[in-house]
Amino acid sequence: MAGSLRFPVDPHRRTQLRALALVAPLVIYIGVTFIAPLGTMLTRSVYDPVVADVLPETLELLEQWDGRTLPSEAVFAAAAAEIRRAAAARSLGQVAGRVNRVQGGLRSAVTRTARELRDIEAGPWRESMTAIDSVWADPATWHAIQVTGERFTARHYANALDLQRLPDGSLAPQPVERRIYLKLFWRTLLVSTVITLLCLILGYPVAHLIARSPTGRANWLLILVLVPFWTSLLVRTTSWIVLLQTQGVLNDLLVAIGLVSDDGRVAMVYNMTGTIVAMTHVLLPFMVLPLYSVMRGIPPTYMNAAASLGATPVQAFLRVYWPQSLPGVGAGALLVFILAIGFYITPALVGGSDGQLISNMIAYHMQTSLNWGLAAALGGVLLVGVIVLYVVYERLVGVERMGLG
Amino acid sequence: MTETSDRIEQDAARDFTGSRRTHVEFRGIKKSYDGQTLVVKDLDLSIRAGEFVTLLGPSGSGKTTILMMLAGFQPPTAGEILLDGNPIHDLPARKRGIGMVFQNYALFPHMSVGANLAFPLEVRGIRAEERRERVERALGLVRLEGFADRRPGQLSGGQQQRVAIARALVFEPSLVLMDEPLGALDRSLRDEMQYEIRHIHQALGVTIVYVTHDQQEAMVMSDRIAVLRDGIIEQLAVPEGLYEEPESAFVARFIGESNQLRGRVCAISEEGDVCDVETDGEVLSALKVGRCQVGDQVTLSIRPERIKINPAAGRYTNEVDAVVEDLTFLGEQLRIRLAACGREDFIATIPNIVGHGGLVKGDSIRIGWTVIDCRALNHEEFGL
Repeated sequence: MAGSLRFPVDPHRRTQLRALALVAPLVIYIGVTFIAPLGTMLTRSVYDPVVADVLPETLELLEQWDGRTLPSEAVFAAAAAEIRRAAAARSLGQVAGRVNRVQGGLRSAVTRTARELRDIEAGPWRESMTAIDSVWADPATWHAIQVTGERFTARHYANALDLQRLPDGSLAPQPVERRIYLKLFWRTLLVSTVITLLCLILGYPVAHLIARSPTGRANWLLILVLVPFWTSLLVRTTSWIVLLQTQGVLNDLLVAIGLVSDDGRVAMVYNMTGTIVAMTHVLLPFMVLPLYSVMRGIPPTYMNAAASLGATPVQAFLRVYWPQSLPGVGAGALLVFILAIGFYITPALVGGSDGQLISNMIAYHMQTSLNWGLAAALGGVLLVGVIVLYVVYERLVGVERMGLG
Repeated sequence: MTETSDRIEQDAARDFTGSRRTHVEFRGIKKSYDGQTLVVKDLDLSIRAGEFVTLLGPSGSGKTTILMMLAGFQPPTAGEILLDGNPIHDLPARKRGIGMVFQNYALFPHMSVGANLAFPLEVRGIRAEERRERVERALGLVRLEGFADRRPGQLSGGQQQRVAIARALVFEPSLVLMDEPLGALDRSLRDEMQYEIRHIHQALGVTIVYVTHDQQEAMVMSDRIAVLRDGIIEQLAVPEGLYEEPESAFVARFIGESNQLRGRVCAISEEGDVCDVETDGEVLSALKVGRCQVGDQVTLSIRPERIKINPAAGRYTNEVDAVVEDLTFLGEQLRIRLAACGREDFIATIPNIVGHGGLVKGDSIRIGWTVIDCRALNHEEFGL
């Protein structure tokens, strides 16, 4: 009431509100384009209501099932009714697909059962269904229905980590031939580490050169570093194919100077080498820029001081320059590593079969196998991995010391 | 002339604590960065062991370049630099064993004070035990005991400066270079540090080559000062010598204050040490310092504090009429701007013993000064 009289509107507060209003579009944009999709995906990795919605009664009755013998007639009756209903509503396909991922071969069995159940009017359903397909006599089938029927589930994450749920509910490693993802995660980490190191080795001297150049020349060199950004990533990656393929420029050159024979051309693309070469090139600027910004702030007098105190150039570098450039090294390495871990286009184009990374597998599950839950879980594992690395890094170096600016 | 120069030589003998051994010698040193303009032109300078020599000059006079060549960060374009008689101009900085204090301290920010001081000892392979001992001693020298574990960023400017000095001394170099080390400090701290550097110099007996643009700083600390201008040493002398016997109008202006009058030589005494100079209708007697002949243009230099106000008639050789234009009270002295000898900015200062001395603006007075206090210097051609 009299509040406005006793506390007139603080002009400072109004400025703050105005600033907030100016920031709002970006906040909303990030919310819509980043946080919402991320949230949806992460939700998908643990929440899957499809089977539970289609077979509610079956699942409820299965709760009394002992898990070893065949379920009771009531369960079969409920299942038959719900399968028929789902087939009529055209939602059975989604269920069949999900169950099939747990127990192979169930997709066709479920579809056939639905088709043949159309002609059967009354029970006993147990005999009819086991007659249609023997999978219904197998407890594993019912187990698969139970597993996929959980609305909130960890099975995608278990899958993403090459674990399987045994009928007794415990987790165990997948059989060797079904282990895919952990190997891929390790490969992705390894490749990202190699690329980060390569970027550091290649980028450090460049950043140092630019930082020590007079402003005019430094600007030109920086533009050269940034030129790749002006070209489409696709073009840059495919130009590596032109350079590296067996009939490509580099191989032609090697043959021409006699380093390799014509039928001994080196496979440098469509494999891990191609992935590493092209990704190092694409990610190099992300290493050079933070390094440069940190090195720019190291006065050259430090090196003079070290020399005047008797240090050799190597000692001066190791003891004086390198430690002071570490924030840049940290920022650049973290940036390159995190980008590399999630890189998709380049390995997809030049990686061949053994140069694929985890993001290519995520894309496969998104686009081809349509197992979005698993794709989301793989993404979630990746996200957790990056966060863990970040926290470790933060403990070791300290983010406030990191020179991203 | 003889009276002052005797005094100066006595002062020099008293002040100079070093030996007569030549420590550093520049021979015909030239330096050009772009291959065209010489930043240092034909420098010859020898510095004795234990001496405190200051290179004094305005910015762009080449003083820092000389220091950088001595330290080994810049190669001379021509000439040679000798250290204890050995040529060092081809030696890398780290092999010269010269301590250096940088303008912005250049303390390594990622190392503690102790590690900064231990650094030169470590790279020389000195054992940890002795290292600790010497670091402790060096910190004691600059009165920073117990600061070894701090980071440079946690220290004040003055403390950082002392650490920088300690680091330049900790490996016991016989020659220490200082590049405007007090430039970033405030006035009172600078005065304190000047005293401290002087004290360290006397205590250790090291040779110090010091660069500054602050003439007072140079006067306080130096055994000898080399006044530089455009890459040339204008004058090299003890501080008193520079003040009392400037050899060029530039030095007279740069060291202390001086009234400079332009004139023409109209007579030279038989002994050749005194000349009469006609300036704006007045004929003044002056010490003949520059090489000049009758008819030549010269610049007369008179120190403001040597001017006597209303002297007894006939007491001084040079007496002229003046009008008080302005009075400024400066505490210990009174600064009087006069219109005299055809100039409106003729300055005289008198000690504040008798207040304003009864002077008020607009007074017509007589002023006078001796021949000794009036120096006829080579006429300065600007822009050369």
